[in-house]
Amino acid sequence: MSQEKSRQDYWKRNLRLVTLCLSIWFVVSYLFGIVLVDQLNAISIGGYELGFWFAQQGSMYIFVVLIFFYAWRMNKLDREFDVHED
Amino acid sequence: MDLKTLTFIVVGATFALYIGIAFWARASSTGEFYVAGKGVHPVLNGMATAADWMSAASFISMAGLIAFLGYDASVYLMGWTGGYVLLALLLAPYLRKFGKFTVPEFIGDRFYSKGARLVAVICLIVASITYVIGQMKGVGVAFGRFLEVPFEIGVLVGMAIVFIYAVMGGMKGITYTQIAQYCVLIFAYTVPAIFIALNLTGNPIPQIGLGSTMSDGSGVHMLDKLDQIVTDLGFAAYTAQKGTTLNIFLLTLSLMIGTAGLPHVIVRFFTVPKVSDARISAGWALVFIAILYTTAPAVGAMARLNLMNTIQTGEVGSVDGNLAYADRPEWFKNWETTGLLQFEDKNGDGRIQYYNDKDEAFAAKAAGFGWQGNEMVKVDRDIMVLANPEIAKLPNWVIALVAAGGLAAALSTAAGLLLAISSAVSHDLIKGMIVPGITEKKELLASRLSMAGAIAVAGYLGMNPPGFAAQVVALAFGLAASSIFPALMMGIFNKKMNREGAIVGMLVGLLSTLIYIFWFKGWFFVPGTEMAANTPDNWFMGISPESFGAVGAMLNFIAAIIVSKVTAAPPEHIQHLVEDIRVPKGSAAAVDH
Repeated sequence: MSQEKSRQDYWKRNLRLVTLCLSIWFVVSYLFGIVLVDQLNAISIGGYELGFWFAQQGSMYIFVVLIFFYAWRMNKLDREFDVHED
Repeated sequence: MDLKTLTFIVVGATFALYIGIAFWARASSTGEFYVAGKGVHPVLNGMATAADWMSAASFISMAGLIAFLGYDASVYLMGWTGGYVLLALLLAPYLRKFGKFTVPEFIGDRFYSKGARLVAVICLIVASITYVIGQMKGVGVAFGRFLEVPFEIGVLVGMAIVFIYAVMGGMKGITYTQIAQYCVLIFAYTVPAIFIALNLTGNPIPQIGLGSTMSDGSGVHMLDKLDQIVTDLGFAAYTAQKGTTLNIFLLTLSLMIGTAGLPHVIVRFFTVPKVSDARISAGWALVFIAILYTTAPAVGAMARLNLMNTIQTGEVGSVDGNLAYADRPEWFKNWETTGLLQFEDKNGDGRIQYYNDKDEAFAAKAAGFGWQGNEMVKVDRDIMVLANPEIAKLPNWVIALVAAGGLAAALSTAAGLLLAISSAVSHDLIKGMIVPGITEKKELLASRLSMAGAIAVAGYLGMNPPGFAAQVVALAFGLAASSIFPALMMGIFNKKMNREGAIVGMLVGLLSTLIYIFWFKGWFFVPGTEMAANTPDNWFMGISPESFGAVGAMLNFIAAIIVSKVTAAPPEHIQHLVEDIRVPKGSAAAVDH
């Protein structure tokens, strides 16, 4: 595999991972926290209405997890394609 | 020991710490001055980023906003944290790989154009100056309220402290002081929150307490109780959505892409040793930010409940259901003297009625109780955090700590902004455009002088705030979202994006956003020059000026892509540059440029 092609593959895999993470980012904040908030508020977890929980708590926890997940997967990808720093 | 002496000691001790750090972390090269020599550990950089990011507004005002807006304040919570996901996934690692010193420098090199660099410098300076005025004001206000020092003296003391560590240490000094400031501010924020959560719900973790039942044995959930209390007095339900879905959606998006496009935040990710560190460091930054941002909803809701319960002591409408003015607690009197709480006995019954007299149905009902209008004529939102320790009857050292925390939040953000401004002046304007052949030693001197100049300007504007200072959210985030973020993102993800496309895009985004803001807030915020009243009926599709940054960004993307399609592709070496920043390997070489 030429270096050129390998770099293109690396970039495609990266874009796929970014798309996956940003889809989750969009769903938990914009869909669950804003657009579908009334529907989700019909469900309660503890004393939180679910939509309200996503808007004021849940989305932020998921944002944190998303960044660490992305960093972990990218470190693996960097090694797989041998483009990591020493 | 009385409160004032204790506050002087606590604040004095934190200031001594910051100055001590400044002596230890002096900058000896431009690399250290601009980006701390790119040697900051990713976790520590995350902490510094959190302090840099969380301003006087986050520390003092946000919980108050949440207390009075309820669900609708979620835009700030999601908007100011979700931007870090964009930063970590779309910008930070690539800009770190690029390996230079400033954001305008990347835009200038990537789009092979001094014009593009200049547009970026202007956006950066306008956004950062607007933002820093608020911090300087915050320092003055904090001094005034806690130490009874005149406002101007407070601003001057703040300027002197920032001067010492920012001029001497540059980014290096600022980074290590920000780490200390983060520790002070997060401790000062969470300690009162833990006590209040424990007091109201019996659960010491505010994030869980907010979803728990009341500790009064009623078995009612805290949020349900709050909803019931506020609706009983004619206010909108706390957890209900009040704004339109479209506007809330766009405001959240504008704040997110604005956050990711703010240069003083981006530049923090230039300070870590490696590309992989830039990714993980954004994660740590968000962890440290989220500790405060997930606590704030609990502080806001609990403070609102405490306030309502203090005033409405019994059943709504019963004769003795309202607090007698003569029996008001000590903290109420303290905050009355500052003018942040104001009571007016409209029906002359000697009791306090606090309700929503704008709600017609409830106002009519209230008239039946003999109430003649809301008597809490002023309840400043900032009180929610500042008076919290007193309301929860916490010891004096906690109150002193809140003062030190507010100052830490304001000073750390001010320093980060001042560094962004001074490096734009010394590195982008002086070295990049005016005197390209400047030696490193002279550039370091120029950067120190620009820092001193930026502090003087910020201090002056803090003492004499222009009318637009209050518009910081609309302006700073609007500019960053509509011009800087799209240019950076296309510079990385669209190899064919060229100079013409980027410049047209930035100008379209910038001008459309500015004109929309000015249309409703007055040209250059001069009162009386607005073209239409700033009300939801006049807004285009119900989009508020604060929310327009996201629309400006869309226009920027569209204009840039169209123009780049009909003009010549960027030169070969630029396309190689883009390919190069997309892979982490080889960033070590970029360090010594």
